[in-house]
Amino acid sequence: MTTNTSNRVAEIFTRYEQPILEDWLREQLAALTARQDLISEADLRRQSAELLALFIPACRAGNFTDITTPDWKAVLAFLSNISRSRALQGFSPSETATVVFSLKQPLFSRLRQEFSANVDTALADELWNATVLLDKLGLYTTEVFQKSREEIIKRQQEEMLELSTPVIKLWEGVLAVPLVGMLDSVRTRVVMENILQSIISTGSSMAIIDITGVPNVDTQVSQHLLNTVLAAKLMGAQCIISGIRPEIALAMVHLGVEFGDVVTKATLADALAYAFLKIGIVVTSTALHA
Amino acid sequence: MDHIPINKVGEFLLVSLQVDMDDHQALILQNNLTTQVVKTRAKGVLIDISSVDIVDSFMGRMLGNMASITRVLGANSVVVGMQPAVAITIVELGLSLTTIKTALNVDKGMALLQTLVNKATNESSHESFER
Repeated sequence: MTTNTSNRVAEIFTRYEQPILEDWLREQLAALTARQDLISEADLRRQSAELLALFIPACRAGNFTDITTPDWKAVLAFLSNISRSRALQGFSPSETATVVFSLKQPLFSRLRQEFSANVDTALADELWNATVLLDKLGLYTTEVFQKSREEIIKRQQEEMLELSTPVIKLWEGVLAVPLVGMLDSVRTRVVMENILQSIISTGSSMAIIDITGVPNVDTQVSQHLLNTVLAAKLMGAQCIISGIRPEIALAMVHLGVEFGDVVTKATLADALAYAFLKIGIVVTSTALHA
Repeated sequence: MDHIPINKVGEFLLVSLQVDMDDHQALILQNNLTTQVVKTRAKGVLIDISSVDIVDSFMGRMLGNMASITRVLGANSVVVGMQPAVAITIVELGLSLTTIKTALNVDKGMALLQTLVNKATNESSHESFER
């Protein structure tokens, strides 16, 4: 659009900066009534004022309907920051986009006021331009919001991967690895490396892999487990697979899944008893027999 | 280093691979080991690969071969100290090294060799007793 129209909006902003800010804040607060717990009014006021301060020079200088031009860089960066922090604070995407969209109302009413003397096509043009601009900015916040959310999810997945594969030292020379959740090739890889590393660092010759928490065991999962057992054997440690629930045992037989000559036990206790037998430890009860 | 030392410890031979071998060195080692087993009449061979970080299919096969050769010559062999990365690589290469016996470290390897040798002597003495 012509620089003339964009100047008009910029002019309005400059002239009514304070009232627009007040109106805008009221709009935002009305939309965010439920979210007073997440962001304080003072913070919201500070953010809005800063955004407006960046917004006005961009309006004045920039190509009004194209937010990809360098004039809008500062505004976009600030909006990215807001979106990212809101995503972290737990706002919903629409609540985040409201930040921009709620600017429409105050701006439009000022525009209407300004043009009240001569209602003509100029008002329609101005309104259209302002709508296009604000819609673009609003969509941009949603996009950044989505991206930040995805980053959070990815980071949480990685954290879960580390959390979900602890290697426990049960006894001198006996390790246990309780597996919880689905086993895919990425997780198996992590589990495998953890087990092997722990075997080296603790000098354990027995490792018990407990699959009580694995929801189902198919041919692929069993292949992953077998590889782990084989690798441990190459290093000189024996692996026992324990925690095979009745329904898993049934499913495995139906599927034709086999663990070869790997020792399997129903419970971790059985596996520990077997490990003790193998490394020559005898456990006796001190309780008095009747 | 061209030559990989083969040390005699008691009635066993200890081969310690301190560097990543190339194929040529591996072949020389295989020959030397064969002659040494025969010459010293060793009852067991301990192959320590704790310093080996990289392994390929050839190297994997070599380990299997050395185990087979010593068995043919009437001795036991144990591979000790395999690193996790090496173990994972061998499994992923699909090399079924089921013929080789393994132990965590030289200490445990020696103990394993001793039990294997004892078992063999017991069996043979048992047989002669029965006859």
